[in-house]
Amino acid sequence: MEVLIYLVPMALLLGLSGLAAFMWSLKNGQYDDVQGAAVRVLSDDDVRT
Amino acid sequence: MAETLDLSIYVKRQDDGTAHLDLAVEGIDCAACIDEIESGLHRLAGVVDARLNYTNHRLAVEWRDGELAPAQVVEELQRLGYRAHPFLARLVEEEEDRRAKWLLRCLAVAGFASMNIMLLAVSVWSGNVTDITPETRDFFHWLAALIALPAVAYAGQPFFRSAMNALRNGRTNMDVPIVIGILLALTVSVVETVNSAEHTYFDSVVMLLFFLLCGRYLDQAMRRKTRAVASNLASFRAEVAHRMEDDGEIVLVPTAALKSGDRVLVRPGERIVADGVVLAGNSEVDESLVTGETAHRAVRAESQVYAGSMNYNGTLTLRITAAGKGTLLDDVERLLENAAAAKSRYVRLADRVAKVYAPVVHTAAAITALTWIATGASIHDALITAIAVLIITCPCALALAVPVVQVVASGSLFRAGVFLNTGDAFERLAKVDTIVFDKTGTLTLPTMSVINAGDLEPDLLEAACRLALSSRHPLASAVARMARDRRPYDDVVEEPGQGVRTVVNGQEMRLGSPVFCGAQGIADITTQTDPVASVIAFCWGGKQAVLLVRQALRPDARLVLQNLREHGFDCRILSGDRPEAVAPIAATLGIAAWRGGCKPADKIEALEALKAEGRKVLMVGDGLNDAPALAAAHVSLSPISAADLTQAHADAVFLGDKLKPVQDTIEIARRAHGLMLQNLGIALVYNLIAVPLAFLGCVTPLVAALAMSGSSTIVTLNALRARGRTPAPSAGPAAQPQPVLAALGA
Repeated sequence: MEVLIYLVPMALLLGLSGLAAFMWSLKNGQYDDVQGAAVRVLSDDDVRT
Repeated sequence: MAETLDLSIYVKRQDDGTAHLDLAVEGIDCAACIDEIESGLHRLAGVVDARLNYTNHRLAVEWRDGELAPAQVVEELQRLGYRAHPFLARLVEEEEDRRAKWLLRCLAVAGFASMNIMLLAVSVWSGNVTDITPETRDFFHWLAALIALPAVAYAGQPFFRSAMNALRNGRTNMDVPIVIGILLALTVSVVETVNSAEHTYFDSVVMLLFFLLCGRYLDQAMRRKTRAVASNLASFRAEVAHRMEDDGEIVLVPTAALKSGDRVLVRPGERIVADGVVLAGNSEVDESLVTGETAHRAVRAESQVYAGSMNYNGTLTLRITAAGKGTLLDDVERLLENAAAAKSRYVRLADRVAKVYAPVVHTAAAITALTWIATGASIHDALITAIAVLIITCPCALALAVPVVQVVASGSLFRAGVFLNTGDAFERLAKVDTIVFDKTGTLTLPTMSVINAGDLEPDLLEAACRLALSSRHPLASAVARMARDRRPYDDVVEEPGQGVRTVVNGQEMRLGSPVFCGAQGIADITTQTDPVASVIAFCWGGKQAVLLVRQALRPDARLVLQNLREHGFDCRILSGDRPEAVAPIAATLGIAAWRGGCKPADKIEALEALKAEGRKVLMVGDGLNDAPALAAAHVSLSPISAADLTQAHADAVFLGDKLKPVQDTIEIARRAHGLMLQNLGIALVYNLIAVPLAFLGCVTPLVAALAMSGSSTIVTLNALRARGRTPAPSAGPAAQPQPVLAALGA
């Protein structure tokens, strides 16, 4: 069962990176307009030149 | 659009040479609006960025400073078919935003920690009954400690802070037993880990935090949503004023830009936007929004006028005075202070429970420890059992019992068009047995309407309404609102102080005072039916008609009051208007207990008298004169058309022209309060079962985890019943009442 010694911490690291990604997205304002994001995905000319 | 609005006070200049303006936009109802608004604004020269937030209907526009006037943005939006109102984020709202984000971060950390610790804990539980080696178990316990300690230190902050605050003020709240439980459980788990014991409670602690944070975050999110809609509505109402510059030029500015000492021009039919003293001009003002009095007051130079009054006949020049200088306002302020101080003595249901709960639980834990020692157990075992009692009674379900119901019930209210200002209003609303209404603007609509339209010849009425479109007089605007054909007649001449006239099909048409129209005779007869109504006469050729204009009752007022009385509520009227004006309304609604001519102090006195009889009073009012009464009442409601100060002191604000939300609010609050009590009952039953088990030492971490998540789930599911049958959306946030919202820049 020695394999657990590095497998479990690896699993934890993966979880931590998920948490870090969430924190980044929160800070980046990804959740400021959740309803808008849902409808913006349907418009195909949202990239302006 | 000859005048352009000066919006410069709303513009934020940024360091990189761009200017930024926030707008609240009306009329956004589909996804296509986003693109239409954003690309429409991008076509304006100088605009760098335009981004619409579809969730809260706010638009942020940035442009290179100097290339564009802010009013152009508003005009362009108007051309696209949207009304936009400059928006200044209020401090409270920014503070709430920050707090919501912070809670969400805490929630994320607690969620991460509880999932990972649960993974380790489940392995240990299953290993304990099979073949886990002590080394592996220790390894898992150490890892769990490594995750739990920093996670609790971070995610527990909302509870630590609130408990500290309560203790510092010499009170206890629900967070005190929570914090004690968390800290003890963590300490004992660390000690057990060091001693290579079989059981630790890291999973329980972090799961508890996660559940509690869910409740807190939902509560916060609901409140934030309500506040965002409410402050959008407030900015829709924001009014404009004609300011006279020193050189005599007149500029249109938002009310927020006015300073004390500014000179302001108020034309007939406009609302007075700030308190002030008349410098020049004679007119009559309607102060129904301020005092509830529907009779007009004559004002001339040196008269004091109040914000919210409607100017009727003449143009006035005002000098703005600092707020709160009038005799009426001084009175209101002083009464408000006293009333607000009295109200803060109310103790919330949850805090009352916590006050009893904490000592009982802590005594139970102490008794457990002593009993175990007395029966010959080791001190270590006795302490572990006592702490198990504390952990299992850690008021998870109890702490969720009230907030979750509040969240669900305020959602129901939101759909019924009612916004809560305070969270504990439910408990107070549920106890109400007497409802005191203000008359003007509360039982009646805040705007004027024609009350005898049914008695008139349809053709004549339509012609009168169409002619009224050309008049600026406030009474005429009530008539004009009924016009089906919105095209005004050509060549209309306005005779100041008398009325409007024009020639249609070769016959002269006049609308105005009875004398002006030669209809004095009919007017005298008609006014006998309703002596308080204002009279507008109309003549066309040889035909004459007299229209009675007055603030009509809210359309469903009679029905709602009848329902309320059938449900056993004692309904009363306390009005600042003359008794002659109140009497017919009270008679129509079948209210026997009414008083007119009340000053703010009289209203408070009447409420105190009711309070002394042991009644719980709900006050519904809108005028500035009602603000102290709203603050003094057990609980209070005001319509969205109410004066700003009044809205700030109401526990909830309702939208729309109907009175139904008052009834809905009480119903929802009663159901919510019932569910809160049920939830507290469930939490109590849970404790009655769990504490003896813990006392006997049967509570392993597995049992604790099951019990906690089980009780929290039951309480939450029960709270969802507060949704119930949602009352028909009389005026949802999407359907905003039009007459209340003053157009900006029009």
